[in-house]
Amino acid sequence: MNGAPLLTALTLLPLVGGTVVIGLAPDQKQLARRLGLGFSLAGLALAMVLWARFNPAYQGGDSGPAFQFEERYSWIPALAVEYHLGMDGLGLLMVLLSALVVPMALLASGLIEERVPLYFGLVLWLEAGLFGTFTALNFIHWFLFWELSLVPAFFLIRLWGGPLRSEAATQFFVYTMAGSIALLVGFLGLFLAGGKFDFIQLSELGRAGGLVPALAAKLGWHGAGGERLALVIFAGVFFGFAVKVPLIPFHTWLPGAYAEAPTGTTMLLSGLMSKMGVYGLLRILAPIFPDQMRQLRTPLLWLAVITILLSASAAIAQKDLKRTLAYSSINHLGYCLLGIFAVAGPGSMAAWPATERAAALEGVLLQMFNHGLTVATLFWFVGLLEERGGGLRGLADFGGLRKVAPVLCGLMGIGLFSSLGLPGLNGFVGEFLIFKGVFPLATWAACLSVLGLLLTAVFILTILHRVFYGPLNPSWSKLPDLTVAERVRVLPAIALMFALGIYPQWVLGAIHGTVARLVEGLKP
Amino acid sequence: MSYLQLLEQAAPETMLVVAALGLLSADLLGLRGLESRFRRLICALIACAGCAAAIGWLVVFPHQANFLGGMLVADPMIRLVKIGLVVLTVFTVLLSVETDFTPHVGEYFALVLFGTVGMMFLVSAEDLLMIFISLEFTSLSLYILTAFDKRNVHSTEAALKYFLFGSVAAAFTLFGISLLYGIAGSTNLAEIARAAAGNAVRAIDGGDGSAGKLIDPLLAGAMVMTILGFGFKVAAAPFHLWAPDAYQGAPIPSAAFIASASKVASFFIFAKVMSTGFAGFEGSGAWQAVRAGWVPVLAVLAGASMVVGNLAALVQSSVRRLLAYSAVAHAGYMLLGVMSGAGLGLAPLVYYALTYSLGVVGAFGVVSVVQQHTGGDRLADFAGLSRRAPALSFCMMIFMLSLAGIPPLAGFFGKFYLFSAALGVGAPPLGLLWLVGLAIAMSAVSLYYYLQVLKQIYVVEASPSPLAHPAPVTAWTLVALAVGVVALGCAPDLLTEKLAAALRAVGV
Amino acid sequence: MLAWTIYVSFLGAAALMLAPRDDARAARLIALLAASAGFGIALAGAFQATPGELKTIVKIPWIRSLGIEYYLAADGISLTLLLLTGVVAVAGVLFSWNVEHRAKEFFAFYLALIGGVYGVFLSFDLFLLFVFYELAIIPKYFLIAIWGSTRKEYGAMKLALYSFAGSALVFIGLLAAYVTAGAKTMSLVELARYPFARDFQLWVFPLVFVGFGVLAGLWPFHTWAPTGHVAAPTAGSMLLAGVVMKLGAYGCLRVAMTLFPRGLDGWGFSVLGLGSWRDLLSLLAAIGIVYGAMVALVQKDFKFVIGYSSVSQMGFVLLGLLTLDPVGLNGAVLQMFSHGLVGGLLFAVVGRMVYDRTHTRQLAELQGMRLERLLPFAAVSFVLGGVASMGLPGFSGFVAELQVLLGAWRAFPVLGALAGLGLLVGVAYILRALQMAFFGEPASARPGAGAAADLAPISVPERLGAALLIGASLLVGLFPQLLLHLIAPSFASPLFGELLKGAGP
Repeated sequence: MNGAPLLTALTLLPLVGGTVVIGLAPDQKQLARRLGLGFSLAGLALAMVLWARFNPAYQGGDSGPAFQFEERYSWIPALAVEYHLGMDGLGLLMVLLSALVVPMALLASGLIEERVPLYFGLVLWLEAGLFGTFTALNFIHWFLFWELSLVPAFFLIRLWGGPLRSEAATQFFVYTMAGSIALLVGFLGLFLAGGKFDFIQLSELGRAGGLVPALAAKLGWHGAGGERLALVIFAGVFFGFAVKVPLIPFHTWLPGAYAEAPTGTTMLLSGLMSKMGVYGLLRILAPIFPDQMRQLRTPLLWLAVITILLSASAAIAQKDLKRTLAYSSINHLGYCLLGIFAVAGPGSMAAWPATERAAALEGVLLQMFNHGLTVATLFWFVGLLEERGGGLRGLADFGGLRKVAPVLCGLMGIGLFSSLGLPGLNGFVGEFLIFKGVFPLATWAACLSVLGLLLTAVFILTILHRVFYGPLNPSWSKLPDLTVAERVRVLPAIALMFALGIYPQWVLGAIHGTVARLVEGLKP
Repeated sequence: MSYLQLLEQAAPETMLVVAALGLLSADLLGLRGLESRFRRLICALIACAGCAAAIGWLVVFPHQANFLGGMLVADPMIRLVKIGLVVLTVFTVLLSVETDFTPHVGEYFALVLFGTVGMMFLVSAEDLLMIFISLEFTSLSLYILTAFDKRNVHSTEAALKYFLFGSVAAAFTLFGISLLYGIAGSTNLAEIARAAAGNAVRAIDGGDGSAGKLIDPLLAGAMVMTILGFGFKVAAAPFHLWAPDAYQGAPIPSAAFIASASKVASFFIFAKVMSTGFAGFEGSGAWQAVRAGWVPVLAVLAGASMVVGNLAALVQSSVRRLLAYSAVAHAGYMLLGVMSGAGLGLAPLVYYALTYSLGVVGAFGVVSVVQQHTGGDRLADFAGLSRRAPALSFCMMIFMLSLAGIPPLAGFFGKFYLFSAALGVGAPPLGLLWLVGLAIAMSAVSLYYYLQVLKQIYVVEASPSPLAHPAPVTAWTLVALAVGVVALGCAPDLLTEKLAAALRAVGV
Repeated sequence: MLAWTIYVSFLGAAALMLAPRDDARAARLIALLAASAGFGIALAGAFQATPGELKTIVKIPWIRSLGIEYYLAADGISLTLLLLTGVVAVAGVLFSWNVEHRAKEFFAFYLALIGGVYGVFLSFDLFLLFVFYELAIIPKYFLIAIWGSTRKEYGAMKLALYSFAGSALVFIGLLAAYVTAGAKTMSLVELARYPFARDFQLWVFPLVFVGFGVLAGLWPFHTWAPTGHVAAPTAGSMLLAGVVMKLGAYGCLRVAMTLFPRGLDGWGFSVLGLGSWRDLLSLLAAIGIVYGAMVALVQKDFKFVIGYSSVSQMGFVLLGLLTLDPVGLNGAVLQMFSHGLVGGLLFAVVGRMVYDRTHTRQLAELQGMRLERLLPFAAVSFVLGGVASMGLPGFSGFVAELQVLLGAWRAFPVLGALAGLGLLVGVAYILRALQMAFFGEPASARPGAGAAADLAPISVPERLGAALLIGASLLVGLFPQLLLHLIAPSFASPLFGELLKGAGP
């Protein structure tokens, strides 16, 4: 249904906004900040509209499955490339998250003083990239935005980052490009096999198990059978996403990038860009390669488990708050991957009722949203702490702050507990659902992963203990608490954490249908 | 056949002789008193008049005749070559107008004309004796022309070298001729071929029943001697040693004359002797399929000339020596034309020789201007010429690039024509591919030294020497030459069509 | 009408020779006029073109006795490259706006070169094509030798000799083909119909392909490219990278592959797993991609980075050609176009915007200058150009490389993977150059940083030129159909029938 082109509008809005803001003169800082925030809020509003008009029970657009607000035009007929937009629960969730976190990030970037217009403009472009990624349904179209989001991120780190920004930025960019190229090459293989770039059509092909024969037919003469080719392609695509998430051992770019980037950018990287990877797994990898996922289930699960455990332990070992949070973010996404891989269960389990799978996947989606929200907030707080600490953010640099800055500590504490997964806060629901689903599907993996929860608890509590409690470090006796303005800014985030913790239906309601379809798609 | 016919036949030559004598006497009687510039001018005018008359005659009365058993032959091809020779002479004369290397103006121009007459007889002869006589006639005038700059010791030296080598060559040729006469009992090329085909060949039975031909050692000797003699004349390696000194030492117009007109004539007759006189003894120079004959011998000479000429030219610092060695290289290319004489006829060779001569005369003209202004012909003397004399430099660029074989100039099409003809020789074709490949590779090498000259002219910044304005006559001559080179390159049909017609007329 | 692209350029050159000697301004204007006229004509031609048709423009006998014709024609491929030539020519003039030294000669040679290039892309008589092809060599030499920079005379001579050596190989091949086909015609269309013996093709094809490949920067015959590019003046290197290298690639496709398709067949034996010229050459192309990128990664001279990058980029073209797959061929042609724009832009940034102001190209020295603050426009242009040459979607490079890789996937996946690696290294060297040249740390300030403080701002012509190139690249990147609808049908023409018949598995 090519109705009002809402999704196009959604993507164009920040793109135009960014261009406008960058166009400003370097000295119009205030204007730039206001405009930037304005555009991002407008984006949020638009996302809300979409949410309001989104129909969870919707079944079947032109292209069969439940994608709403579809827009579809031919683009490069020679290569079966289309301009194809559409939104299902997953997409909606991600769009909402992006629309939420970007304003937060902009608010947190108040301290950026040099080249303000450029900064805010780049952030908006990044947002455009995200929106595009989460709504595009044709690979090339999708890839365009996937890469587009990369360039602003690079410059955000490169120009406003910390002392090691140059290396961090380069590492980040090259790693991700490596992933993208693998992804691209893989997809070219798919195209040669299926003659399609469209996710939906490709996933139908994959689901019908037509992939291997197609590959064998079109590319088989290189000696490698369709099976092997399919695995190679799968590996390429998987690598692309694994780097983005990231999955240990493809994570080495992450701590540097997160640590060096300015607060606002870190929030975007951790809260949103990491989700692009998970989104890719759910939207592309799982539907198109169900058989391969099933084949490789065990090793993949191991990867997830290792990611969870290692990242958690690494987080404990860190001395720098930002790095700690960086690893914790890897850790949390580890649960998402655990869920996804577990759900791609072996054929034998297909006999089981799909409820566990559904639960796990809902957990995954929820976790994505929550983690995005929480981790962004936490980095924000660290940023605030950093301002006050004159650039210090070491675990050992502070102590007993709660005496001087109760509000700051209180709110940050809430954030920490949310990421710890305390019931009543948003973090809990997602992880609970994931484990509820995974235990029956892949018991051993679930058990091992639980250790991860414990380790998480350890480092979260360490932070609480080392930073807030204990004897007050005299040098911080004058440390100012949150100003009213700052409280007002952070409050919505905190409120949302509670809200989602208490009434997750808000989110779950929107994704039931999508999850059901995903599970259906995974069924052999 | 009456003497009148003979006279009619030899009219162009006669006109030139008349002109020569006329300007001699004029110079002797009237012009002594005048300032030498005017003397040169007037003599040149007379000479040109003669040439013009000759050309006119040739154009207006196309004859096709054969007197005295090939003593004096006329066919369209020969006519074309003659016209070409006279035109080149005109250019040489015009280029001499502004040069003051000798007080003996009349003698100089007369000799040029005599040389031309010799060449005209040479190209129109199909009889060995006649060929030899006119060859000597030409050579003698050229020796003197080389030595004409008496004040310059190099000129004399060059002349001596030229003379010695030349006479040795003549001796060889004569020896070859006598052998041929011994074999054939005639000096007419066609008859020689016929006779030789009869009695100079023993059919031998190669063991496996394959009948081969064994060439009579006498004939082989004669063949080699003749080739040797002409090899000297056309300065093909390894008989080229006189060329560099002659080109460098001789007065520039003489050098130009030697490099252009005499080359055309010698090559034409060379090819004719080979393809008519030794018809049936071509043999084959095909790679790994060599059969005894004159083609393989020439192939070796050609290869040697290309390599030696181009490589030696790379290291020259004097432009005239450079041109000399490049002339050796071009002789190598033209030998390809001699070899393909049997095939496409002499058309490619004639085209190449004429266009090459235009280019080389022009180049020498520029050199002479530069030498007059800077007193030298070293590469360094050309530095920054483009800033001082843009037009002159542009002409030089055209000549150089044409010699290098860069399109759309005459030199390029010449190469194409020549090489495609050479490839077409023999069955199956492409037999000479190895040689053509070598030629093309070598012409790639040659670009280097031609560019060296142009680099001096255009790239190197101007040295503080006076503005070089060539005198009007020279200037216009050079422009005419340049135009000719470009025109023949862009519209080769101007010449090729006539050549083709000539071939049809002689029935090739 | 398209023929006028050639005439206009040469007329412009002639006009310049007659122009007053020291009036640089007039010279520029004439040059700009001629270049834009050519571009305009090319555009008009592209709009009128009917896809898939080989449109004869002129076809008159030239040298009757040898059956040589003055035969100009254009199909989608020619048109694409004409457009490219037009754009780059205009941009080149704009970026040479500051040439004062012997300006009129400069632009005269410049236009002569352009004219030659147009000629090559339009000629369908091989003799004519070769004439134009060599015609382009000499102006190149002078442009570099007179107006170039570092080791200009060496670079110029090397370039000229390499080109000439290459064309010598081509010449041999063409002569052989001409004579074998009976020395009756040089028309590409005619000769393409002539059934050359397979063995004949097997030795002529590599001769001609490599001969043209030299100019296309085929590894290991590429060495002229970096030195030449670096030595050349900005406009010179723009043309070299932008169009002259395309001449080579075009020749490979138009002459070598069209006339001698069977030359790509197997030898009947295999050495080190290479069973045909196709295997060998495609391997060389892939090596070129990676090697060029690797070397670019370690250069100290900014311009050398770009120089080697163009070797790497042209590798994609050659690889695409050798896939013998319609998609791959489309990609190759599109890549020619794309690299023409992007390479030109990068050279413009390095040579004109940076070098002409800072008078150094040493990355180490530039590092101290924080150029991104002094020359923000240059920085932006380089970022866009760099992103385009990385093949990020949205720019022309992406669609091109995409198709090349598609073709490679089908034809030789291993090389395809190698090319992917090359892409990655490409990202790396662009980033490195970008960081060192523009975002260097003032901490590592070197002498020169002070002098750099007073750099002339980027002039209007430069901005126009950059905008032109970037705009074109973006346009084609977002709407590749604009060109693809011209290119793709051209490969359906009978000219390529034989070639593509033998394609694929």
